Amino acid sequence: MLSYFFRRFGQAIFVILAMIVLVFFGVNVVGDPIWMLISPEMDQQAIAATAAALGLDKPIGEQFFFFIKGLFQGDLGRSFVHGEPAILLILGRMGATMELAIAALLMAIIIGLPLGMYAGLHPDRRASRTIMAGSILGFSLPTFWVGLMLIMIFSVMIGWLPASGRGPTDTVLGIQTSLLSLEGWRHIALPALNLALLKISLMIRLARSGTREAMSMDYVKFARAKGLKESVIIRVHILKNILIPIVTVLGLEFGSLVAFSVVTETIFSWPGMGKLLLEAIQRLDRPVIVAYVMVVVVLFVFINLIIDILYSVLDPRVRLTEAKA
Amino acid sequence: MSSSPGQSLSTAPTQGPVSARVETPFQRFAAAFLEDRVAVAGLALLAFIILSSLIAPWITPQNPYDLTRVDLLDSRMPPGSQTMEGFTAWLGTDGVGRDLYSGILYGLRISLVVGVVSGLIAATLGMSIGLISAYVGGKLDTFIMRLVDLQLSLPSILVALILVAALGKGVDKIIIALIVVQWAYYARTVRGTALVERNKEYVDAARALGLSKSRIIFRHILPNCLAPVIVVLTVQTAHAISLEATLSFLGVGLPQTEPSLGVLIANGFQYMLSDRYWISFFPGVALLLTIVAINLVGDRIRDVLNPRLEK
Amino acid sequence: MSRLLSFFRASLISCMALGSVMVHAQQELRIGVSAEPSSIDPHYHNLGPNNSLARHVFEPLVGQDPSQQLIPGLAQSWQTLNETTWEFKLRNNARFANGRPVTVEDVIASFRRAPNVPRSPASFAQFLTGMTFEQGADNKTILVKTSSPAPLVPTNLSVIAIMSKDCAEKLSTEDFNAARCDGGSGPYRFTEFKPGDRTVLERNPNYDGARPSWDKVTVRYLTSGPARVAALLAGDVDVIDNIPPADIAKLRGNANFTIAETLSNRVIYLHMDQFRENSPFITAKGGSPIKNPLRELRVRQALSMAINRQAIVDRIMDKAAVPAEQVLAKNFFGTSQKLQPSKFDLKAAQGLLADAGYKNGFKLKIHGPAGRYTNDTQIIEAIAQMFTRLGLEVEIETMPPANFFSRASTGANGLPEFSMILAGWGAGTGETSGSLRSLMGTVDKAKGSGAANRGRFSNAKLDSTLDIALATVDDKKRASLLAEASEIAFNDLGIIPVHYQTNVWASRKGLAVEARADEYTLAHKIKRQ
Repeated sequence: MLSYFFRRFGQAIFVILAMIVLVFFGVNVVGDPIWMLISPEMDQQAIAATAAALGLDKPIGEQFFFFIKGLFQGDLGRSFVHGEPAILLILGRMGATMELAIAALLMAIIIGLPLGMYAGLHPDRRASRTIMAGSILGFSLPTFWVGLMLIMIFSVMIGWLPASGRGPTDTVLGIQTSLLSLEGWRHIALPALNLALLKISLMIRLARSGTREAMSMDYVKFARAKGLKESVIIRVHILKNILIPIVTVLGLEFGSLVAFSVVTETIFSWPGMGKLLLEAIQRLDRPVIVAYVMVVVVLFVFINLIIDILYSVLDPRVRLTEAKA
Repeated sequence: MSSSPGQSLSTAPTQGPVSARVETPFQRFAAAFLEDRVAVAGLALLAFIILSSLIAPWITPQNPYDLTRVDLLDSRMPPGSQTMEGFTAWLGTDGVGRDLYSGILYGLRISLVVGVVSGLIAATLGMSIGLISAYVGGKLDTFIMRLVDLQLSLPSILVALILVAALGKGVDKIIIALIVVQWAYYARTVRGTALVERNKEYVDAARALGLSKSRIIFRHILPNCLAPVIVVLTVQTAHAISLEATLSFLGVGLPQTEPSLGVLIANGFQYMLSDRYWISFFPGVALLLTIVAINLVGDRIRDVLNPRLEK
Repeated sequence: MSRLLSFFRASLISCMALGSVMVHAQQELRIGVSAEPSSIDPHYHNLGPNNSLARHVFEPLVGQDPSQQLIPGLAQSWQTLNETTWEFKLRNNARFANGRPVTVEDVIASFRRAPNVPRSPASFAQFLTGMTFEQGADNKTILVKTSSPAPLVPTNLSVIAIMSKDCAEKLSTEDFNAARCDGGSGPYRFTEFKPGDRTVLERNPNYDGARPSWDKVTVRYLTSGPARVAALLAGDVDVIDNIPPADIAKLRGNANFTIAETLSNRVIYLHMDQFRENSPFITAKGGSPIKNPLRELRVRQALSMAINRQAIVDRIMDKAAVPAEQVLAKNFFGTSQKLQPSKFDLKAAQGLLADAGYKNGFKLKIHGPAGRYTNDTQIIEAIAQMFTRLGLEVEIETMPPANFFSRASTGANGLPEFSMILAGWGAGTGETSGSLRSLMGTVDKAKGSGAANRGRFSNAKLDSTLDIALATVDDKKRASLLAEASEIAFNDLGIIPVHYQTNVWASRKGLAVEARADEYTLAHKIKRQ
């Protein structure tokens, strides 16, 4: 068990290092950040002074050395643009992204699970076929395109929901959230739906196949034969049985929700860390890109770890060692 | 395909009572595929899309990248307008006067090339790595599979974004990023299949005959791993096309001057609210149809090749 | 299912009702702006969005009116005592948000802080170089001394925000971002700064000027143009800036919204390689190397005449631009009244090209940024079309601004890499001297001229005229010298101007927005009609 953790940890460090080296040197090849920072009116001496103040006048190797040195002192560097520690900028935006991802996850369950179960219970009905066709469409629709359409339809044409931004936030237990007010829910509805779309399709498919499998099980047939009410069978026997794999898959998908929020946040001006990353890429704000990579990789390793542990708890046959072949 | 021993395809669902006619695996596969009307429609649509993008120069009124043919005074004309160049723009024109119908077909070419080329290279690379991993085994196998697990634990869009941030813009760079994003799927798939195949009798027989390692890998094991690879290839191509469009839309993908579908949509986005919906809408529909068609075909191929995975 | 639906509908309607009630109950103004500030520390970053926001809270000594003419700011008046001394008199009743009166001490502390903010990506230092400050007759009078005649002192000081001594000496950029400074003398004070999301301001009760119409102002960052327009149409915000040209006509035609517009201080132009014998992206049509044709004035004139500026203005900019003939439009200080935009005349252009010895044209690649200026890629595509019709063979390449500016400035071993680029230039000071010097002055690090001269144009007469102008304190004389310099520069076509952008705001009906040349959106200048 312990060696398993260590190995996982080692892998994470390996990924982080590889990504950092790539980003650090790659961004340098793409362009010199100084030209994205200065105001055009500045003269040559002022530009040189700025480069010196930010350490951008040194050779890239030396900059990397200082970065690694800072890393060992727990310093990830400061944003070139904002001047604040990059890690704080990212953590400051993390709450909004998490809120969006969780809302999308909930939406995927609330919409996808009943639809999928319905399609599984009545595979031959026309409605079921429509649901399944819809799920193929859901897989195929590019997220960004759907986002645009949602804004067009729900904000501009019908005018029901706000087109962009996050609602007012309240602080609960030290966490800022916009989900305590109606205004907050109105703001999150469209971006969450946009982000959830792929997962709703996934959910429908998972729930359908799980339901069909469970229906063919002896205990369900037996329960039916006993004359149990359909709703009881669904609740007790089917739902319970399909929930475990669904929860696991959704856990894994949470990471991809966080990653795909880059697209949704950009379209809906949602103030999360994905939007911050995109801005940083456009402005060559290297410290922020590097810090984002570190935070997200750590987050992913963490999520995977939790799922592994949950899995081993739920299913005792799984041992926390990695299969060799 | 017909030269393969057909081991993995022997479980195809159509294999009922042994028929008198001799069928190649491909014929069996085709027959099974054609049973699903929706999939056939998808295949027809896909064939249509690919064909029209291939012959684009002969069926479009304008080469949208040839500046001598594009006139600014033609810009933003609604669908069905007559242009200065003397043809009718059935889908309208974009912000600088490009005929959208021509632009979409040429853009489709770029999107498809990026998707297919990156898919094929990634498949070749991933297959080689997967085969070597399976056949050599031991420490190398462990190492490669760790790498694969790591890669697959990170969402593709994230890896692609970081790569593009480090590589910059351009067709070649996008293709590199998409290869890096995809290879691991193939490696894992091929390794899994190859491990099963490795222990089958025909491989033992080949070994007993004293055939070289590389010959066994490439002539005997590889052909039997192709079926699952084809499934992955269709799914991944759709994914790659969609990913390229997304990156281009975000402004970190392809350059704007020779636009793919994603760039066309992004360029048209600014006109969405000013009632010039067509500049963004039609390329979006083209992208959607392409991805749906590939997914329909891919779904059916998967069902036919591997009935156990039916969902 | 239907019960669920009706529940949703009911709650939606109540949400909307609640939303509209909130708007009317408070005197709140919600603004959606296109560019996000990097900080609310007014001395951290000399960047348009930062300055625009800072103007609500911190006043400079000298203000700028909507067309960037100097007007009283924190100083009610100023004058020269002699060639090298300026005297500024502070407004008597000016108070900071914390209630303390503004004194010379605060001003000097601000001038001391502004050039020295740690890690500033674009410092204000250059506006203060060569100046020393001391108290004059009383604690409301400040003297600014320079070593040589410096006519631009009031102009330069109009960009430096004044804050209380406490804020200037004790607070870091992070403290400012946490809204800890209560030492601004403007009509508002910051209450919240949420990067990526919004900045919230509240009326400064101690402001001694006219009371602004709004008690609370929320500035939201909506970087994507269509999203900004959608937010206005959906009623999420009351005012938006930087309307995408494509949407102007539609908003104009909608009675629920009002448009405010003015000519900007930004010119879009072409910079040409004029320092290399053989330019890297120019060849004969067959691909063989040729001498750099862009060093020949007639070629530059031909190119300028081949550009149909009106077509670009009409078809790409949706009339949110005006054909340009120099660095700033004629209503700004130091411009020439004689210069005219080159007339579009393809025949004459072809003639000039033939006279210069390029009858068969040549092959040229134009580079430009994608997404830095309004419709930049489309403008380049259009210009390429026009040059193609002149008889050149034109290729274009656009790239993200980050790559572009880096390569265009120092891409070829420290020298500009490209042969011809499209770029834009905003004159922050609202007069021509800075623009002429940076864009077309001979490159001279020590003198600080030619900092943005990415074509390395050089004209001795222009340099000397500019030098004289920059040492002339008399406004009238300086204006005519700068006009002369503009004529020298543009008769020689150091750059080819394309158009001046128009700044456009849209607001819901009933609001009057002050359209400003400097692109600032100032809440205290937005009034109810």
